[in-house]
This record gives sequence, C-alpha cells and structure tokens, in this order.
Amino acid sequence: MPEPIIKVDGITKSFGSFKVLDGLSMTVMPGEKLALIGPSGSGKTTILRILMTLERIDGGHIQIEGEHLYHMERNGQLMAADEKHLARMRQKIGMVFQLFNLFPHKCVIDNVTLAPMLTKGTPKAAAEKRAMELLDMVGMADKAKNMPAQLSGGQKQRVAIARALALSPRIMLFDEVTSALDPELVEEVLNVMRKLAAETDMTMLLVTHEMGFAHDFADRVLFFDRGRIVEEGKPDEIFRHPKQERTQTFLKKIIAAGHRV
Amino acid sequence: MTDWSGYIGLILQGALVTIELTILGSALALVMAFLAGMGRLSRFFAVRALATAYIEFFRGTSIFVQLFWAYFVLPFFGVSLTPLQAGVLALGLNVGAYGAEVVRGAIKSVGKEQYEACVALNLGRWQTMRHIVLPQALLVMLPTFGNNAIELLKATAVVSLISLTDMTFQAQVVRAQTGNTLVPFSTILFLYFIMALAISYGMRALERRMARGLDGVRTA
Repeated sequence: MPEPIIKVDGITKSFGSFKVLDGLSMTVMPGEKLALIGPSGSGKTTILRILMTLERIDGGHIQIEGEHLYHMERNGQLMAADEKHLARMRQKIGMVFQLFNLFPHKCVIDNVTLAPMLTKGTPKAAAEKRAMELLDMVGMADKAKNMPAQLSGGQKQRVAIARALALSPRIMLFDEVTSALDPELVEEVLNVMRKLAAETDMTMLLVTHEMGFAHDFADRVLFFDRGRIVEEGKPDEIFRHPKQERTQTFLKKIIAAGHRV
Repeated sequence: MTDWSGYIGLILQGALVTIELTILGSALALVMAFLAGMGRLSRFFAVRALATAYIEFFRGTSIFVQLFWAYFVLPFFGVSLTPLQAGVLALGLNVGAYGAEVVRGAIKSVGKEQYEACVALNLGRWQTMRHIVLPQALLVMLPTFGNNAIELLKATAVVSLISLTDMTFQAQVVRAQTGNTLVPFSTILFLYFIMALAISYGMRALERRMARGLDGVRTA
C-alpha cells in the first residue's frame, strides 16, 4: 500500500462566525484525479486554497508526502511552520485559478519562465525551452510573444496551466478553472486537462461545476456540504446512484439548471 | 529706458538654479516616496511607525518652516548645509511625504489575485514586489508624480528666502535695481509656466511609453 500524497486531518476554518470547514478529513493517493463538488460555501474551494497556503487553518493537520504542511518539527515538538518551511512545501504544489491571474505586464512566455528562473535559478535558455514545450502542449506556442490582454479567456487559462506546470509540481489544484469562460471556450481548456491527466502521473484536485467533465475525468468524486465531505465514491456511484439525500438534492438542482451529467 | 538684456540674463541664471533644485529635489523626493510608501506597508511595526511619523510630520508642517530649520537651525546641531543642500533637503523631504502616499496607494491598487498567483508560484515577498507589483503600480503612480513634481517646482521659490539665487531671488534683485516689478515678475511667471508644462508633457510621454510596454494594448 503506497503512502498517501495528501493527508488532511480534522481541518477547521472559519471566516468570522461562518464555519467553512468543520473538521474536514480526506486522503489522496499519488496520481489520483479527484473532483470536489458541492454547493457554494461548502468549503471545496477553501480546502484547495488551504493546500496552496493562501488561507491559514484554524485547527487540524495536513501532510504532503508525509511531511507536515503547516507545522514543522523542532526538537521533537510540533510547532507552526515558518515562511521557509512553507516555501519548501509549496514546491510540491501548483494551482490554476478561476480568473487565470496571469501577470498582465509580461508576455506569455515570460509568464511561464518567471517562476522557474526566480525560484529555482533555472537559466533563461533552459526555462524558455521548457516553456515552449509546455506552451506547445497547451496549444499556445504560436502566442508566446503575445501579451495576456490580447488573448481570449480560454487561451489565458491554457497559459496559466502551462505557467503552473513549469515548476513541475507533484500536485495540481484546479479551482473552477472554466467557470469564468464563455461556453464555447470551455472545451479547449478541458481538453488540455484531459491530456494532462492522460500523459502525466500528477495528482490533480479539481473543484468544478462541470459535472460531465468531473464524471469522465475523476477517479473519485467528493461531495462537500457545510464544511464536510458528505459522500464520496467513484463517479458512477456519486452521479448515478447517490446515497445521501443532500447529494441527491444537489445533483437534481444542478441538472435542473441545465448542466449535463 | 532700462537696458533689460543684462537683467534677463540674471533671471536666466536664476532659472538654472531653479531647474537644478527641481531635479535634485525630485530625485530625493522619489527616493523618500518609495522608502516611506513601502515602509508604510511593511510587516514590521517599527518600520511602519517610522514611515508614518515621517509622512505625517512633513505633510503637517509648512515647507517654509522646514526650510528655515534645514538652513538656520540645523547648524546648532552641528550640521551646516549650503543653501542649495538645505533647499534640496527641505523640498525633497516635503514632497517625498506626499509621494509616499501615492506609492502606497498604487501598490495597494494591484489586485489580491496577483499576490495569490505569486504565492502559488512560490515567489518570495521581495520577488513579488520587484517583478509583479511595482511594475504594475508604477503606471498608477506616474500621473500623480507629475503633479508632485510641479508642486515641487513651484515650491522652489521659497528658497530665495535663504538667499539661494534662484529665479524668484533674481527677480527681486532686478526689481530692487530697476524699480520695475512688471517685467521681472512677468518673465519668471512665464518661465515657471514653461517649466511646469515641460514636466507635464514629459510625464505624459513617459506614461504613454510605459503603458505600451506594460501590456501591449493599453493607450494612456
């Protein structure tokens, strides 16, 4: 039995008086593709942001490849992680955002090469070679010298995926990456993700409202509600035969809203 | 009939001093603006407190008094400055305090999502500031920096009070010697205006150039 790559144990997180995560626990195995679904405010995006260290936890533990994310051991004691520890742990994780978050003042290839050059000291030529390979994989090689403002939403998101891949993370987090896109642009981004899933052994966690894609893409689906995982299982089990009433209600609503499952 | 050519030459000499003061004062102001503006956003309390104290003090007291302090009071503490040094110091510190708020505001105008992308890409604080935040913030600062530079240019006139032979000082000399106020003061009015116009156009050109460089599609 291989070790889990992510172990989340009893995480609590509140924004003011609103409890977003209420003792959330989950484990993810290396290479697994997970879809996190559920109503808004259920905590699925929050756990992604916590894994990327964009939000701090109130309580609980997270381990990445057997190492604590928010804690470090000093003289046998567990204490809060410092910035250096967090920076080292972040190398294992990459994230793609709903609104792309490209750097508007840098051209496409510079967006991709910036982090490897600054954080890993990769020489410019090597970083650019790798960037071109990645841009080629997401179908954006011909736009390498364009500025982000000259791209469509789908193109921006594909560049953002290449940018995150440039650091070769072991885990990739996708936070509603197609939600801000015009419907006709969604497919080009999903295609890139399918390719990624097929060609790499990266662990991928995906928060999405695209139930059809979640069904085809994921090895396992986690249904979130009120800060907990209410139900989890293979896509067919969750989407065709949900056991929990809350899962059934949610899926009914989603289908009524016109989403394909 | 007065022969004006010599007097106009005197005023033009003063204009050079005014330009020198404006350039040196602006350079100091720019440095102070970035130091104090970024200092106000520091995560260290002491740095924030120091930056805030500087800004509030120099915004809250008169440039005239600051200049007199720099020139007449500092010698009592063993620091003797030439009129030019005192002028540059007072002007730079005073305008720098206003500029600091511009720097702070512009840095804060860069969206949270840019910082989050930097965390996700594992950039350090300084790398984030240097490569992502400041280049975008600079464009936001430029128009107000132009205003500040013009304010500084106009404030240089007060240095005539510590006997620095700037444009206003020379106009007063000419007035004393000729008994004519209209000619010297119309001349410097015009010259100040031309200088301000030059700053204005210069800044706008810079802004346009930077905007093009920034994302390739914007036109300022």
